[in-house]
This record gives sequence, C-alpha cells and structure tokens, in this order.
Amino acid sequence: MAKELIRFENISKSFEGTTVLKDLNLSIHENEFVTLLGPSGCGKTTTLRLLGGFETPDTGRIIFDGEDITALPPNKRQLNTVFQKYALFTHMSVADNIAFGLKIKGADKSLIRDKIAYSLKLVGLEGFENRSPASLSGGQQQRIAIARAIVNEPKVLLLDEPLGALDLKLRQGMQYELIRLKEELGITFVYVTHDQEEALTMSDTVVVMNQGIIQQIGTPEDIYNEPQNAFVADFIGESNLLDGIMVRDCLVNLGGLDFPCVDTGFGENTPVDVVIRPEDVELDASGIGQTSGTVTSIVFKGVHWEILVESKIGINFLVQTTEHYPLGSSVGISVDPYNIQIMHKPSSEDERVFDQDETVSGENYEP
Amino acid sequence: MNRNRYRLLSIPYVIWVIGFTLIPILFILIRALTDDGGAFTLTNIVAIFSPLHRKALIMSLCLAFISTLICIILAYPVALILRGSRIKKKNIILFILILPMWMNFILRILAMQMLISNNGIINHILELAGLSPMNIINTPRAIVLGMVYDYLPYMLLPVLNSILSIPEDVIEAAKDLGSDKFHVLTRIIIPLSLTGVGSGITMVFVPSMTEFVIANILGGGKIQLLGNIIEQEFTVSMNWNLGSGLSVSLMAFVLITSFIFGRNNESTATGITI
Repeated sequence: MAKELIRFENISKSFEGTTVLKDLNLSIHENEFVTLLGPSGCGKTTTLRLLGGFETPDTGRIIFDGEDITALPPNKRQLNTVFQKYALFTHMSVADNIAFGLKIKGADKSLIRDKIAYSLKLVGLEGFENRSPASLSGGQQQRIAIARAIVNEPKVLLLDEPLGALDLKLRQGMQYELIRLKEELGITFVYVTHDQEEALTMSDTVVVMNQGIIQQIGTPEDIYNEPQNAFVADFIGESNLLDGIMVRDCLVNLGGLDFPCVDTGFGENTPVDVVIRPEDVELDASGIGQTSGTVTSIVFKGVHWEILVESKIGINFLVQTTEHYPLGSSVGISVDPYNIQIMHKPSSEDERVFDQDETVSGENYEP
Repeated sequence: MNRNRYRLLSIPYVIWVIGFTLIPILFILIRALTDDGGAFTLTNIVAIFSPLHRKALIMSLCLAFISTLICIILAYPVALILRGSRIKKKNIILFILILPMWMNFILRILAMQMLISNNGIINHILELAGLSPMNIINTPRAIVLGMVYDYLPYMLLPVLNSILSIPEDVIEAAKDLGSDKFHVLTRIIIPLSLTGVGSGITMVFVPSMTEFVIANILGGGKIQLLGNIIEQEFTVSMNWNLGSGLSVSLMAFVLITSFIFGRNNESTATGITI
C-alpha cells in the first residue's frame, strides 16, 4: 500500500458531555479514496472536521505527513474542504470564489487566471467565470465548491456529504465524476456520507462508524461480503440478520435446523449473529431445499423481485431473485454454505452499539 | 379572483398612507411653493441657502454624520462579539442593549441631561475624584451623545442581524482556503454585512438629520439644527410657508445623502430586517 499520509491517534471528542468519538485510530494513505460511512451522529463528520482543523480533539493527536497538526488552525493545513451546503461566497463571482485561496497566498495574476480556467475545465463549467454563485443550480454550485478547493492543490480533499443536497440522477453522475477527478488529480480524498451505495461505488477504503467507534475498515467488497458485526451487515445493503447457535465448526443452527457453513473457531454451542444476503437465499418452486416456506409478499424492484418467505423454521427470509414466485405458493429454501456469514455476538457494552438498529441510509435513497 | 381578494387586505394601509403620508406631503409642498397670499414662489425653497439656514444645515449634516459613524463604530464590534458568543448569553446581551428603547425617548434625553449638565452627576463624580469638571451640556458634543444614545439600537439591530445571518460554513470555508482572522473579517464578514450597515445608516442618519428635540434639551437652544429652525418657523414665527420650504429642502438632502450611502449597495432598501 502507498505511504501513510494521515494518522489519527487515540482521538476522543465530546460536545457538552456527549461523547462523539471514542479512542479513534485510523490511517489514511496517499492517493486513497477513503469514505467515512455511518448513520447521523456516528462521529463521521466530527472526524472530518478534526482533520480540517475546525475542531480540536479532547485527547489524542493527528499526524499529517509525519507532522503533528493537532493544534494547527485550518488556514495552515495543506488540505481543503468541500462543504455540504457548498458555502460559496455569494458576494463574489465564480472566478473570485475560485481565486480566493490563491489570492490569499499572493499568487500572481496570470497564474490565477490560468488556474481558474483549468479548474473550471476540470469540473466541466468552462466560461462560468463571471457568473454569480446565486445564479447556478445546486449541482453547478457544488462543482464550483470543488473547483475552489482543488485549485489550491491540496494533498487531501475533504468532502462532507457533498452530494447530499443533489437529486438522485445528478448524485449518481457526480459519483463517477468524483472518481475521475481523483484519478486526474492524484490526491487523497476523505469522503463523508451516510449513503452506503455512494460509499461502495467510489471508495478504495470504507470506514464504517457507529456511535463514535469504528466498526470495520475495509474495501467495499470486504465490507459487503464479510461484515464483521451485525451493525455493518445491517447498515451496508439489505440482509437477513438472524440469531443462530454455532453447533461446531462449519455447522450453524438456525431456528432448530442445522445449516452447513464455512466458518470455524467459534467454539461449540456458541450463540452467534448470522447474516445471509437476500440475493444468496435460493428458492425452488417444486419445494426442494434445506427447508420450505410460503411466499407472503412479492414486490417488483426492476432488476429483481423482492420476496418475503415465511419458513417452517420460523424465520422470515428476505429474498431477491430474478424469478417470479406467486403469492401464497410453497417454495423450497436453501443457502450455500459460503453464503452464510457468522459473526460474534457483542460481548461488552461498548460493542453493543453494533446492535443498534439504525438504518438511516438506504431508506432515503432507495432507488 | 384570489388576487383581488388579497388586495382588499391592503385597504387599511392604503388609507393610512394617503391620509397620513401623501396628503400631508402635498400640503407641505403647496405651502413650500407659495407665499402668504398664495402666489407661486421659490423663495421658501431657496431660503435654505441663506447664511443662517446654511449654517444650520451644515451643522445638522455634520452631527448626523458623526452620530452615524459613532453608532457604526460602537455597534459593529458588539455584533462581531455577539456572533462569537454562545446563544444564551447572546439573547441577554441583546436584551440589555435594546432595553432603553422600551422607555420614552424624551425621558431618556432628560436623564442624559441630568447626567451631563454642569452640576450634573458626571461632573459631581469628577469633582469628588478631584478632577476638573467637563463642559458637555449645550455643546454639539452633547447633541451627538444624545443622538447616539437614542439611535444606537437602530444601528445595532440590522448590523447584528446581517452578521448573525452569515452561515458558519462560509466562514469555515474562508479559513479552509487559507484566511487568517483578519482576512475572514475584511473579505467575508464585512462585505456580507454591508446590507445591514446600509440599513443601519438609513435608520440612524435620517432621524439624526431631522432631529430637533435632542438639540432643544441637550443643546440648550444654543445650537441651531435645521430641525430647530423649521420647528420655530411653525411654532414661534408662524411662518408655515418658510417652514414647509425648509422641510422640503431638508427632505431633498436626506434623499440625496441616503442615495449616496446606499448606492454601493442596491439591497439597502430591502435590507431593513428587524
């Protein structure tokens, strides 16, 4: 992996007695697209603001490029922020907005002019120099905010839910543009969002947070396929989150029925959390399977059907499949062993936050 | 249909404006442009340029200008400090600052008279402290003091409102882009608060310019503002035509100065937001 650029060391932060971050440790590398993902109040924005210099941690330190920047004010940090509500300077033209940082640094006029043109080209808004920010659409304003930040050639670009105020279509388009922009600039992006789809689409690394604690750090594939706990499984995508008992290695009991699986090392007769993704539950119209059940709901979602099956073992399975099964029909249910994900039950109070049922994301932005 | 029905709601206001603004101004204009016998004349309008009236006009302009400036100097830092402070404190301090507005303004000026008169409380304290007494009452300084005392809230409220309405993330964005505190003030806060300052100027300068009660009480009749002269024309000399003529000229001056102040700021007129 590339060189480490940023390191959070034992960062804690509380506001008026409410703890927002608990002993956070995180490394961010050069040229990495890192997304801090979690429900509102999970501490992701505070983490970003600490990095931007808008908050100071109660304990711990932040290392940037080998230097301790914990006490450095924002204007002395080699990073720039794109704010959620754009925060453009309404009393200035687009060009003056973009030139703001360069003028403060005392860059000469011809350089500023070139840079304005270059950055406007980069965000696809050539010829907008003399427009007023108020005359632009939300998507255009956000592009200007991005141009205003990157024109200063920061080593890291911080993005605080930059697409949150845009409509769905525009948001999806901007996701690809941000990836392209990052490739062209070759800098580190630290991105904050509560939208799991956004996180999975754009990131090299996803940091899932809840209640001030990092739940899992990994690639989008890791996070989706191998969630480390029930919170991550529940927050990332839809899933069947079940209570199970690990009978022995490679065998888990769900609702009284033993299912073969591939996980080992949980001991014998240990209560565990089990995740089965809805697309991994296989149905059979002729009733053949590990168990069987009745279709209680079927909804067309475009790419697939979303089906609820009430099984004989007392578990309601959420199933996504391209086949249609009539309402009320009997179906066989089976799950491949490698599609059953076993996780430890939370053992301490701190870990119990994983169990909190906070599915802020997805609900708002479900396509 | 609907629009017509909403129009009906404006009737009381229209009656008010016609009865108490348009018709009186019309009467004033007629008086200003006629002599005793009712014949047309410009004498009353150009009377503003006679030495006595010109002196009073300049005095009015100067005192209004100084008072407005002092109000800006006092109000702006307070507004900045209030922006930085916590919400609870903010309301209490704001409440204290506008509390004097709850009292009759003539009473406030009479109280000020008690404070600054030659045997007043301030001089008494100075005497006790072994210092020489100050001569404030019956000078232009006293009038400026009274005007600032009376009109400061009218500057503070719009200025505070405009400074408080600057979003925090805009200021953070400026810092993020390399601004220190000085640049945040000069490039972000001041430009974005000009609408409020513009409103404040209008609301302090206009009444200061036409002031005569404060000048009567704190100036002891020794300092003649244009307002005093107009008042005397109406109440003592009973020359309503001259009084009206001077009023019209004063109104023209107020309009011109407001226009000059407001020109840099198109939104001044709409910026009155208290």
